Amino acid sequence: MPAGAMLEVRDLRIHFQTDDGLVKSVDGVSFTLERGRTLGIVGESGSGKSVTSLGIMGLNTGKNVRISGEILLDGEELVGAPAARIRELRGNKMAMIFQDPLSSLHPYFTVGDQIIEAYRLHNNVTKQVARKHAIEMLNRVGIPQAAVRVDDYPHQFSGGMRQRAMIAMALSCDPELLIADEPTTALDVTVQAQILDLISSLQEEFGSAVIIITHDLGVVAELSDDILVMYAGRVAEYGTADDIFSRPGHPYTWGLLGSMPRLDRERIERLIPIPGTPPSLIRVPSGCPFHPRCAYTELTGGRCDTEVPLLREVASLGHKAACHLTAEDRTRLWSELSEGVLPEEAHTPDEQDFAPGTGEQTSSSGADA
Amino acid sequence: MTEQTQTGPAQPQGGTAPAGSAGATGSDPLLAIRGLKRYFPVTRGVVFRHTVGHVQAVDGIDLSVSPGQTLGLVGESGCGKTTTGRLITRLDEPTGGNIVFDGVDITHLKQGRMRPLRREIQMIFQDPYSSLNPRQTVGAIVGAPFRLQRVKPPGGIKQAVQEILELVGLNPEHYNRYPHEFSGGQRQRIGIARTLALRPKLIVADEPVSALDVSIQAQVVNLLEDLQDELGLTYVVIAHDLSVVRHISDQVAVMYLGKVVEKAARDDLYATPMHPYTVALLSAVPVPEPAHAANGQRRRRERIRLAGDVPSPLNPPPACRFHTRCWKAEEICRTQEPPLIELASGHQVACHFPENAPAA
Repeated sequence: MPAGAMLEVRDLRIHFQTDDGLVKSVDGVSFTLERGRTLGIVGESGSGKSVTSLGIMGLNTGKNVRISGEILLDGEELVGAPAARIRELRGNKMAMIFQDPLSSLHPYFTVGDQIIEAYRLHNNVTKQVARKHAIEMLNRVGIPQAAVRVDDYPHQFSGGMRQRAMIAMALSCDPELLIADEPTTALDVTVQAQILDLISSLQEEFGSAVIIITHDLGVVAELSDDILVMYAGRVAEYGTADDIFSRPGHPYTWGLLGSMPRLDRERIERLIPIPGTPPSLIRVPSGCPFHPRCAYTELTGGRCDTEVPLLREVASLGHKAACHLTAEDRTRLWSELSEGVLPEEAHTPDEQDFAPGTGEQTSSSGADA
Repeated sequence: MTEQTQTGPAQPQGGTAPAGSAGATGSDPLLAIRGLKRYFPVTRGVVFRHTVGHVQAVDGIDLSVSPGQTLGLVGESGCGKTTTGRLITRLDEPTGGNIVFDGVDITHLKQGRMRPLRREIQMIFQDPYSSLNPRQTVGAIVGAPFRLQRVKPPGGIKQAVQEILELVGLNPEHYNRYPHEFSGGQRQRIGIARTLALRPKLIVADEPVSALDVSIQAQVVNLLEDLQDELGLTYVVIAHDLSVVRHISDQVAVMYLGKVVEKAARDDLYATPMHPYTVALLSAVPVPEPAHAANGQRRRRERIRLAGDVPSPLNPPPACRFHTRCWKAEEICRTQEPPLIELASGHQVACHFPENAPAA
């Protein structure tokens, strides 16, 4: 195995200039992904997880985009690389699976044609060879009667089959990096299980590095080795799957884990929601972007709303969280939470419940009262 | 049209046992459905339009909900759960069967006779973006039920609307704002406020949280539960997310291709699922906890894999509709439809070879 990480992202910033102001979609994200490993990126809508992946693929190309930082794909810098070079790599060395297979497949061309096009773009082969390859790929991803279905149009496929076709297309050039952006969100739960199985078995077979982007902590736990929790364009927490699920170090991660009903545990009477709503990326709250929704801001002596917390190592090696809480507080609070002690109400004033439209939504809404 | 007096939160229905255990079978159900069917005709031809078949979206289901309880309807896309919700709220005409609400058969009530009942049965929709008119203010949206039903609340519509907004955790001062000024979770609260305006007895919620972010989902789920306690509401919650359904429901019915395949009290269904489809559904849900093998290595969780997708409801498989994907299927499953029978107390299953069946 060659030395060096498959993908290394350092201090990536992707900002969009809009009429309303500068949208800091991704604001200083760093991570490393080794070959054969899977990184899960979790976050709510607007946390910057999809923009990060599009940035890696070189798909943020508008005139209003500003990208800085480093994206090293197998040692090669992608930020500022010529478009032609990115095009060579995209689909070949790195490939992407999108969320909605119906809108990502072209309705006018057969599934086979679309896979053939991608394959021939990067490999100098005849149509016949490419077609054979397409059939083989469809077979690999479990499309029944691939030799016949290769001539079908996307609308003739079911949702699960379309996602399989997308995966076949993404893997047709044997990419070393595969990015799956919400690959199962549009699918039913039994089909989701099939697709997750497929992704992980194909990963073993091809040895690619995989980034899986999702809002579903269950999906992440199934597939990922490492997990990156994003909030408001920044990394809230980064660690191995065990770190994140057994000893999470960031109040936002606690909130995510506490707010989802779980089938593997006893039913709890009440969910613990995170109060308020995710912030606007134009007016990100000062200091820690999570502080308006955090229940523990008094513990840090007012640093939360003035000082941006750095991503620091907590407890075990490589497990990092961006939070001002001290290690002792963190351990104590998490053990209390896992024993069912409820967090105090968030500190936001009750009366200014909502500020819709202003973007800065510091709300402690009625649901948690 | 009579005037409805509104004095704070409505009283819970008299005689309703507290929604504790699922065994509240003693009271009369608020909603009872028998043999409900909805077939959508499939037509061919432009000039000579003729029916070539039917999509059997809902094919003879029985359900009932007691006052103050929550019935969860789960299933994958195309199983007929949304159609069922639309039939209950009479947004769609059933092909067969009947719907009894609060002792009144509403199956074929004419529009004029149905209208007064509409204030008792309300619906929460899935998408908070498309279910609110973008050109109306929050006040107009939430106040619409009063105007449509010609109800004059004491103190005026505006005051009533503001009370409701407060009830669902919105700022009453935002009466004059437009939906686009709110986030998804807040919009869903507006939708909930609208359904609550006339103090309904029954609320059908079709995927009430699936369009929301995880952290917001919990807020809305808690809100629905609080409102139920406070106002004595009865819910039919339609959802595909099994963990949300477990959290919110007292009774759960699992649907597959237009049929109810299993129906039980929540804890029974999740602890001892009997229909193979339910077992497979539950095992397919990803668990937010990394799995480990004995040697500390990460491993994939063992699960039952169902092959293929849900078959088309246009030509559903004969007899047991699940047999094409079932690992236990035998000859009888292809020839004879299993009836929905009670195998344990309050636990009904339609299967020839149920799992976890109590030893007879």
